[in-house]
Amino acid sequence: MKKAGTQAKSASRFDVAAVREDFPILDTQVGGHPLVYLDNAATAQKPQAVIDAVSHYYSATNANIHRGVHYLSAEATDAFDRARITVASFLNAAEPRECVFVRGATEGINLVASSWGRTNLRQGDEILLTGMEHHANIVPWQMAAEATGAVIKVIPVTDRGELDLNGIDKLLTPRVKLLAVTHVSNALGTVNPVRFLIQRAHAVGALALVDGAQSAAHLQVDVRSLDCDFFAFSGHKVFGPTGIGVLYGKAAVLDKMPPYQGGGDMIERVSFEKTTYRGLPERFEAGTPDISGAIGLAAAIHYLAKLGHAAVAAHESDLLAYATEAVGSVQGIRIIGEAPEKVGVLSFVMENVHPHDIGTVLDNEGIAIRAGHHCCMPLMKRLGLPGTARASFAFYNTRAEADRLTAALVKVRKLFG
Amino acid sequence: MNRTPPKPCKPIRSSPPFILPLFFPAMSDELDDLYQDIILDHHRRPRNRGTMEHPSAQSEGFNPLCGDELTVFLKMDGDKIADIKFTGQGCAISQASASLMTVRIKGKTVAEARSEIADIKALLVAGDEPLIAVQERVGDAIALKGVRKFPARVKCATLSWHALESALAGSGKATTE
Repeated sequence: MKKAGTQAKSASRFDVAAVREDFPILDTQVGGHPLVYLDNAATAQKPQAVIDAVSHYYSATNANIHRGVHYLSAEATDAFDRARITVASFLNAAEPRECVFVRGATEGINLVASSWGRTNLRQGDEILLTGMEHHANIVPWQMAAEATGAVIKVIPVTDRGELDLNGIDKLLTPRVKLLAVTHVSNALGTVNPVRFLIQRAHAVGALALVDGAQSAAHLQVDVRSLDCDFFAFSGHKVFGPTGIGVLYGKAAVLDKMPPYQGGGDMIERVSFEKTTYRGLPERFEAGTPDISGAIGLAAAIHYLAKLGHAAVAAHESDLLAYATEAVGSVQGIRIIGEAPEKVGVLSFVMENVHPHDIGTVLDNEGIAIRAGHHCCMPLMKRLGLPGTARASFAFYNTRAEADRLTAALVKVRKLFG
Repeated sequence: MNRTPPKPCKPIRSSPPFILPLFFPAMSDELDDLYQDIILDHHRRPRNRGTMEHPSAQSEGFNPLCGDELTVFLKMDGDKIADIKFTGQGCAISQASASLMTVRIKGKTVAEARSEIADIKALLVAGDEPLIAVQERVGDAIALKGVRKFPARVKCATLSWHALESALAGSGKATTE
């Protein structure tokens, strides 16, 4: 009871109307309807603070980093380095040098698969994935497996959309060299027991990578408490710019990995006979990075910190529960993904109506959702579905928007009879 | 000459043209154009749906963006398409388009089928308003014209026609990309 009281209190402290004012795009009208943006799992909208930080960088600080002796270069370098410190504290990494700036979660995973995978995987080694991975956490491993002779194994998914851990002892054997698992399913919203899986992976001597693309916007991530070896996330899904993301890696692990790409900024000395590389994180950041993106991402993290995780989480959990009940009550709708612990995502199908047709009719009402396989073809096949319609929420969404979604779904039902 | 071509089948859902646009946002009319009764009818009761034993030719259409898959089977009698069937799953537009296609194509010669495919492309693919002659030639398939206002859905409507085209060309696979 006490816990519920606290939650209600923190929920009431969250002023969603005020928060919405921070996001200029939410004022958009679509064909005469106010926009209802429920495609946050694809990309989140940006608060004015992020737009201002990027714009300020280009209007007042733009210069290349780590090489100029002039004023602007020093300013840009300082802002970029501070962004890394902000990211490290966001993830609770032990040191900023454990946070490598990349283009997004996809590149972060590719970096590990390419650099760590091709150096450490041998014929017959196993890479353990799960049946609910995004293609970004499948394909890089298939490429590494192809190059090294390693084999991919998969933790199955139950009908309710949870990981089936009954056979985990048989899957997690000493042959497994790496476990790569999504923290939160982008298609279903399921929160996976990653801490448990990481412990089990370590027990057999495997490393563990967490795909945090969907979790970073909703859960308080603590890489040291999770004890993961790698954690990848994208800036644009945590209200930051596109084109920037982070790969966290334990310093001891990253230190032993060869460079991912070669170029400027990642070298100590270059001669045609031999090149020596810089330490962490520069060794993995060849070329001019997305400086404005890193600065924008840091602004997004500061913005989130100001809102407060507890208040955001309480609002989101109330909203998801409300929307699940409302949408689930529409005739012919079946909710896909019924794990007890979910965040951000409401996936569903409607009898005799394809998800794309739902998406088109909803768009006509100004409601943005995603329809299709959500880059999770193996999961859709497992669930026996061509795809789902997915409404995904952020803290700026409201119960009134969930009501509009529900009303529009009633219209879809009527149209298709 | 901006004359509206005669509609082969009047959509019942469509409302009186003089009153509705004044009270409803234009988008709703576009949605009505997309999901015309012919489309909904072919979606609910697809014609010539099913597999075919020993087809003369078949081709699989695939839309990698949405994962829709569709297979077209042909039974040839000389130069004539004696029978045509399709299987697969997809949205109302892709299913209705495939169903309409089979009705249009059955009994046609290869040359006639190729010219139907060209007409459908002219009808659906973005650009200038299709020629009135084309709109009159395509028969019931005119109902597919509504997708022109929904660029994200054009490939749904063209998928089956791409598959037919590659089946006629003797190639087993077609993709919308």
